[in-house]
Amino acid sequence: MAIELTGVGRAYGERVVLRDVSVTVPAGATLAVFGPNGAGKTTLLRILATLLRPQAGSVRVLGHPLPDDAYAVRGRIGLLAHDPLLYRDLSARENLTFHARLHRVAATRVEDLLERVQMAGRADEPVRMLSRGMAQRVAICRALLHEPEVLLLDEPFANLDPGAAALVEPLLSGPTRVLISHDVDEGLAAADLVLGLKGSRAAFVAPVAEVDAARVKELYR
Amino acid sequence: MRSAAAAIIRKDLRLELRTWETLPAMAIFAVVCFVLFHFALDRETVEGDLAAGVLWMTLLFAAVLAINRLFVAEREQGGFDGFLMAPVDRFSLFLAKATVLLVFLVALEAIAVPAFVVLLLGPGPGQALPELLGVLLLADLGIAVVGTLVGALAVQTRARDLIVPLLALPLMIPVVIAAAQATAPLLLEGGAEPLVGRWLIVLALYDVVFGLLAFALFDFLLED
Repeated sequence: MAIELTGVGRAYGERVVLRDVSVTVPAGATLAVFGPNGAGKTTLLRILATLLRPQAGSVRVLGHPLPDDAYAVRGRIGLLAHDPLLYRDLSARENLTFHARLHRVAATRVEDLLERVQMAGRADEPVRMLSRGMAQRVAICRALLHEPEVLLLDEPFANLDPGAAALVEPLLSGPTRVLISHDVDEGLAAADLVLGLKGSRAAFVAPVAEVDAARVKELYR
Repeated sequence: MRSAAAAIIRKDLRLELRTWETLPAMAIFAVVCFVLFHFALDRETVEGDLAAGVLWMTLLFAAVLAINRLFVAEREQGGFDGFLMAPVDRFSLFLAKATVLLVFLVALEAIAVPAFVVLLLGPGPGQALPELLGVLLLADLGIAVVGTLVGALAVQTRARDLIVPLLALPLMIPVVIAAAQATAPLLLEGGAEPLVGRWLIVLALYDVVFGLLAFALFDFLLED
């Protein structure tokens, strides 16, 4: 299994944001996570990214328990978060080259990805000068630089026009994925498994064949 | 570890050269302080203990400006998350940030010390300049190590601007004492006296002790 969560919980001070969440994701599968704002989706993603410690339950990613063995999975996980995690005063190329150095990835990979998302022509402009869609394309390159085995995606197509979405979609397929989406149809189309979160708890976990859009939309009521 | 630290140093210096957010503020602050001291003390020149005190207080307060900003880009632009997910030793972030702070301090002193000599100091350091540079470097190392620790701690809080001076200045009292005591004989009106070795040893010990503390503690400062 690529991801195994058992009874995972997390609180910020008194406020519990994730309670008793259990789900297992096989290698190569996509888990779509749905839930209203504040349901704990981003916290779940940050726990899987080794950026937050779970306070209850157990987490295993690529066979390694977290947070004890976090070092073993860093560099094998790619995170596309709500924020692009890019320095605004550096260019797209400088940002990607910096992350490539941290991950010991060849510079040719930077150029290859910039070409593939059609950003090579704007790669030397500061990120603050780019539109949100263009910055999102660069952020996708950053998340994919080191060819991660697990991709954690928070609204990956946000700010992208249909053409750009079509451009990046093939790049995001392949690895095991955890996908947060508010577009129910898009999320279900990409998913093998579905986790519905509501009130910090797992409302349901099921294969996509057993979940219809109406059941997911019920989460938001 | 070295390649990760080198990548962060390159990135930080590039960001500073592009934005000029930190160094000019430090330099202007230092020069303004010297002018204020000139009027507040109502003296044309200072020398000895007073000169050393004025110099080191000014440098220390200017350093606080840099410490305040040291981790801001990491916090506000996601640099922490990007770094923490990379398969690199976390101490490399400390090494890189302490080096960047050291570079800022050296650059500040390249402007502030000549300005101090011109605006306030009676006699120039003259032949004692190599000794003065040695004291500056040893003290800068201590300020960089403690400043990086405090900066990493403060940036996790909402009251960053308050936490840095409240934590850093008390921790740096030994540096100010030792650096001022070591500097004072070099700035005497009648000509520099020999450097007192024990103050250099105090500075070096301070650097080593806080360097070891940083090695032991820095990982914990990055935990959620």
